[in-house]
Amino acid sequence: MITYEDACRVINESRGEAVAVSTMTQTKHWNKASQEPDLDIGISNGMSKASSVGFGIALGDPDRTVLCLDSDGSLLMNFGTLATIAGMAPMNFYHFVFNNGIYSVTGGQPLPAPGVEYAKVAEACGYASAHRFEDIESFDTALPGILSSDGPVLIEIIVKGEPQTEGVDQTWESNANMPKQFRALRKRLTNKDDWGPGGPYL
Amino acid sequence: MINGVLHPKNVVEQLVELGVSHYVTLPDSETAHMYKALMDEPSITLVPVSREGEAIPVAAGLFVAGQKPVVSIQNAGLYEAGDALRGLALGIGLPLVMFIGYRGHNRKGDTPDSAATFLEPFLHMWRVDYFVIESDDDLDRVPLAFERAAKMNQPFAVAIGTEYAKEGE
Repeated sequence: MITYEDACRVINESRGEAVAVSTMTQTKHWNKASQEPDLDIGISNGMSKASSVGFGIALGDPDRTVLCLDSDGSLLMNFGTLATIAGMAPMNFYHFVFNNGIYSVTGGQPLPAPGVEYAKVAEACGYASAHRFEDIESFDTALPGILSSDGPVLIEIIVKGEPQTEGVDQTWESNANMPKQFRALRKRLTNKDDWGPGGPYL
Repeated sequence: MINGVLHPKNVVEQLVELGVSHYVTLPDSETAHMYKALMDEPSITLVPVSREGEAIPVAAGLFVAGQKPVVSIQNAGLYEAGDALRGLALGIGLPLVMFIGYRGHNRKGDTPDSAATFLEPFLHMWRVDYFVIESDDDLDRVPLAFERAAKMNQPFAVAIGTEYAKEGE
């Protein structure tokens, strides 16, 4: 079984200048590993939609690698995304699914079906390829090759669950941070600082 | 009674003039002819989604990447997309024009279709400004919707209150 910390470290080592769209527990660990905050978006507001945002970025900027750090619970809430992504088949899109079988941020309740094999589902939907890793050594060895293959690719990582027991205390701060992250990323990708304030946080 | 018709070719022409790059959609019965017209327009990429809730986040990603997307979904699908509208359009101040199929709409106000009954109250409640378009005569509202969305950094809805005409009608 892999830890979130190790998985994020390994992904970051192969990241280059890829955009990273994360959500939930992945965001907490990715923020510690990432050294390119202007290329990161943590989806806290708009639950389960990290893959849809990442897919949109991948379609809009086909020369830029896009990583999505998704989870099993989030993916189950937006399962049609697999068919949507497979249909347009962005070659620059890499979809990581952290599989721990539980809803971490709400205290560790089990998913409706903890045994779903997401790599197999993605393959059946038409992803270019899909992989599943249960130990960090295999994941570390394989990842550079996977990221040089054509997407869309789904990479399922079996991780040790980290059920949160003290309540979600970062939600408001994360929600308020999202509009800033979206604007910083647009500025980085387009070299334009043209998106002014809007919404309840800016 | 709605006079006049709404021709998809005229709407597509406007979208091209406005520089729209992507049309993110889940087709519905009222917009079938619009879908067909868009398939013949090479400058706009059709992005089909599996469920309406994906459409707004996909558009948000496209916008971040420098593109100019629009969303086209039916009113019933907009209700399904509520949390995405809240978190990823209103929540980030996304200047996005959303074409919403106004299923069940008529001017008498006696529609038996609750999808129509709730659309305008829904948009008011969610603080989304909108125009209703029922024929080619109303098409001056489309560029205005883009202006408003960009000026306010907010989503703006264009409710399509009639079925798009078939080519030749």
